[in-house]
Amino acid sequence: MEHKPITDYDEEVRHCCCSYCGNNCDDITYLLKDKKIVGVRHACRLGASKIINDQDQRLLNPMIRNTDGILEETTWDIALDKVATLLYNSQRPVLYGWGETSVEAIKEGISLAESTGSVIDNQSTICHGTSIQAFQNVGHPVMTLGEVKNRADVIIYIGTNPMDDHPRHLSRYTTFAQGYFRPNGRDDRTVITLDPKYTNTAKVSDEWIQFNMNEDYELFNAMRMVLKGNKLDVDEVAGVKKEKIYELIDIMKNAECGSLFFGLGLSQTLAKQRNVDILIQLIEDLNRYTKWAMLPMRGFFNVNGFNIAMTTQTGYPYGVDFSRGYPRYMVGETTTIDLLNRREPDFFLAVAADPGVQFPGYSIRHLVDIPVVQIDTHWGPYTELSDIVLPSTRIGVETEGTGYRMDSIPLFMKKVVEKPENCHSDWWILNQLKQRVNSLKQKDGAL
Amino acid sequence: MEYILKGGVVFDPKNNINGETKDILIRDGFITDAVSKDAKVLDVSGKLVMPGGVDLHSHIAGPKLAVGRLYRPEDTRRGIKKAPNSVQGFETGFSIPSCPTIGYRYTKMGYTTVTEAAVPPLEAKHAHEEIESIPNLDIPTLTLFGNNWFMLKYVRDNNMDDLTVFISKWLKLAKGYGIKIVNPCGSEAWGWGKNVDGLDDPEPHWNVTGRQVITSLTKVNERLGLPHSVHVHTNDLGHPGNYETTLETFDCVKGLKKNKNVERDQILHCTHVQFHAYKGTSWRDVTSGATELIDYINKNDHLTCDIGQITFDETTTMTADAPMEYDLFRLTGLKWANKDIEVETASGLIPSIYSKRAPVSVLQWAVGLEFFLGVKNPWKIALTTDSPNGGPFIRYPRVISWLMSNEKLNDMLDNHVHNWATRRTAIASYDREYSWNDIAVITRASPAKILGLNDRGHLGLNAKADVSVYDIDVDDFDATLKSNSKILENKLLNSLYTIKDGNILVKDGQIVKLVKSNHLWCNVCGMEDKEKELIKSIRPLFNKYYTIKYENYGVNNHYIKPDTRFDINYSEVD
Repeated sequence: MEHKPITDYDEEVRHCCCSYCGNNCDDITYLLKDKKIVGVRHACRLGASKIINDQDQRLLNPMIRNTDGILEETTWDIALDKVATLLYNSQRPVLYGWGETSVEAIKEGISLAESTGSVIDNQSTICHGTSIQAFQNVGHPVMTLGEVKNRADVIIYIGTNPMDDHPRHLSRYTTFAQGYFRPNGRDDRTVITLDPKYTNTAKVSDEWIQFNMNEDYELFNAMRMVLKGNKLDVDEVAGVKKEKIYELIDIMKNAECGSLFFGLGLSQTLAKQRNVDILIQLIEDLNRYTKWAMLPMRGFFNVNGFNIAMTTQTGYPYGVDFSRGYPRYMVGETTTIDLLNRREPDFFLAVAADPGVQFPGYSIRHLVDIPVVQIDTHWGPYTELSDIVLPSTRIGVETEGTGYRMDSIPLFMKKVVEKPENCHSDWWILNQLKQRVNSLKQKDGAL
Repeated sequence: MEYILKGGVVFDPKNNINGETKDILIRDGFITDAVSKDAKVLDVSGKLVMPGGVDLHSHIAGPKLAVGRLYRPEDTRRGIKKAPNSVQGFETGFSIPSCPTIGYRYTKMGYTTVTEAAVPPLEAKHAHEEIESIPNLDIPTLTLFGNNWFMLKYVRDNNMDDLTVFISKWLKLAKGYGIKIVNPCGSEAWGWGKNVDGLDDPEPHWNVTGRQVITSLTKVNERLGLPHSVHVHTNDLGHPGNYETTLETFDCVKGLKKNKNVERDQILHCTHVQFHAYKGTSWRDVTSGATELIDYINKNDHLTCDIGQITFDETTTMTADAPMEYDLFRLTGLKWANKDIEVETASGLIPSIYSKRAPVSVLQWAVGLEFFLGVKNPWKIALTTDSPNGGPFIRYPRVISWLMSNEKLNDMLDNHVHNWATRRTAIASYDREYSWNDIAVITRASPAKILGLNDRGHLGLNAKADVSVYDIDVDDFDATLKSNSKILENKLLNSLYTIKDGNILVKDGQIVKLVKSNHLWCNVCGMEDKEKELIKSIRPLFNKYYTIKYENYGVNNHYIKPDTRFDINYSEVD
């Protein structure tokens, strides 16, 4: 395949924020021709392809599924009225998603959830929700990515593969980046990957320590024991030789400044939040000797923003149930997958998310039996399930708004090009729904 | 809208009105001396009337709060209440309430201005974005500079000119109101898991001391003529023996000149002084060091302080003094949160349980009260709990009940708290009782003056129409009685009226109106060209050491609607 630089453009827009992963790279340059994006600089392949292929399979008009089961284009008024009526008349509505929209839209969503007594939940319920549970159990020692860039001499990735999933993580923030106290970038750092699989991240690490699948807890427990000065009386733990564990702890203990990143390979394997619990405790213990902090690798560009906005508004991070008029949060009780498995919801709205891709099959089956609505930009598996589809706009491309990077740094993501004519921003759509629900309430004398 | 608050008993210390029965006239959001016949009369005969409350040090918005809420759902659960009416929404949280809840509770207490005391510039957007969700307050934010790398470099090079320009520009970028210093050099040392000990212990890399940071930033603050002085959380917080560091900190700026254009008296504000006033070498032999500090405050006029009063609650401590929080974690084993923020600062959190039976909690509680009772001039102090560090802000009325009733205080000392209070502090030697006028000073007039906000904290002509009225018949209610302390607390928690900018926000203890909170920030004028030059030299380093681009760093107008910009005219001084 031949790569040629793009020269056919008439405008450059610099310092744009990428709206793909939790890296939220803010050094992206969009190349515009006739006010359309024709190229992108600095972005990784994932980000670039998302920006460049923006119009591919784009949802452009509101649609309602007709009696033949075909999605048929309709007007905004008809679609919004129908969604508002369905939402207003439902007993157990769930508003899910939010990882790829702005905090401004999320706050509007929370307000809609409150006024309709809905459950509001986001992707962390199936990714780093367990990590958040661990933070609630034992603490939350984190840092911003610049701390890693400037100070870290030892970097550990566990159960995560940023080379494929957050492609610029190592180059922009951690491993290869030159920092104040690490002027030689990669040469000044030791990078270790702990993962059952040999990943592309393991490939660029100084060392790959393979351990047995689902034996995370045992491994970290052993590491913690060794750190505390105990000797292991077995030859290996979780498939890792005890000498290797001693060596690893020695490296960690003698780091000047260590940073640890972990992903779903940890938070979603057998012991779930307990894996993260013990890892946090290891980090806490390490701070007796030197400096360590850790960070979950967040997926979507604003999945963290949802947790922040949610705690700002309600005190709880995700899976919040407003059915009693005040927020309730109980993992396993008010979280989406559990609700679907119990076949409780009678209305399901997904905003900027695709449960069709993300959810386990058994949970999705219930969506076939209830009214399902999509607010999103592109056609996907969830569109096939949806009864009503409301086409929205891209944050950081067509609509401005706030996104929170994985380390909770807020970024103002600007608007660069005009939205497709008949699409509206998530904020506008949610605001319209709120107004329409309020008019229904007024009609009923409930307001 | 025009109002006449009729027949209230008014306490307005700035204007020497001490319990006079007086009408307060309001027009177009300000206090006035004449209204038209259309003015609405609110009968508050005999009721306690004061200016709207002003809190000069609280933690209500920003990254620490976000971490705190995320990791303590048990705190959120503690304060759940259904929405009481169609105006006010639900409440959640106790020590770290949700943003809307913070607005509701302060408003019901009659407060109209609350300072967010610690905002790292990198996450200033976040703080302002959270303020967006807090209703009904005027909120100045203090910007953290005490461990900023650019600051450390300028101080190390003794480059006061560039430091001045830097602070001026950074306040604009962060939309900050003033300079906050927290454990100068210590939080930077925490980047390596270390701390500094005392005022003259240099940070390992920059070779700069806390003394250099505090004196340099004080000079800059006075050069710029910012309305508020530097706002300092001194080194060694919470360490037995730290009162000496605090005394040295008080003294290290004594000879510096105050800008003649500012109306405040102080050049240094020492915050939550209670946490900095311990003698001894460990928590075993700790005693109060308040007497020496009180003596210094009584004899010198260049400093003010707020207290950081302990309230005997389970709360959440949160501070940019990150190494201290790790120390607390080692001490208590409770769940520790930490957040290091590149190039600028660090922060830590840990739950804290202050118990009446725990010797250390009681000592801390008594030390705070010693300051209240020992500092002779109430204009030099302000009531804070360093919310939520010493206790949540909803305990201010309780603290007031302790200050107004010697009987209540003695009952606590005799019957309810551990004997360290009397054995290890001088609290039992005080019999002072605060008057309503004194209360109006420490909760209104003095914090407003210390902050340099001349348009509030009083009810003079053209002051902002921020007024609180409490259902207390001043002449018939004896606040000195122990038996009245609970009643007093409840009345002060639920104002009869809270009026802000001429809007009635609370009526009969219920919130009746919500308005957007106002972002207060300082804009230094007259140095724009120098700022541009400085940015040219800073930008390459900025882009190298931060992980976001300079162009995406500042807080743009998107986040500060509505705002009040204080234009400060900068003129070169010697």
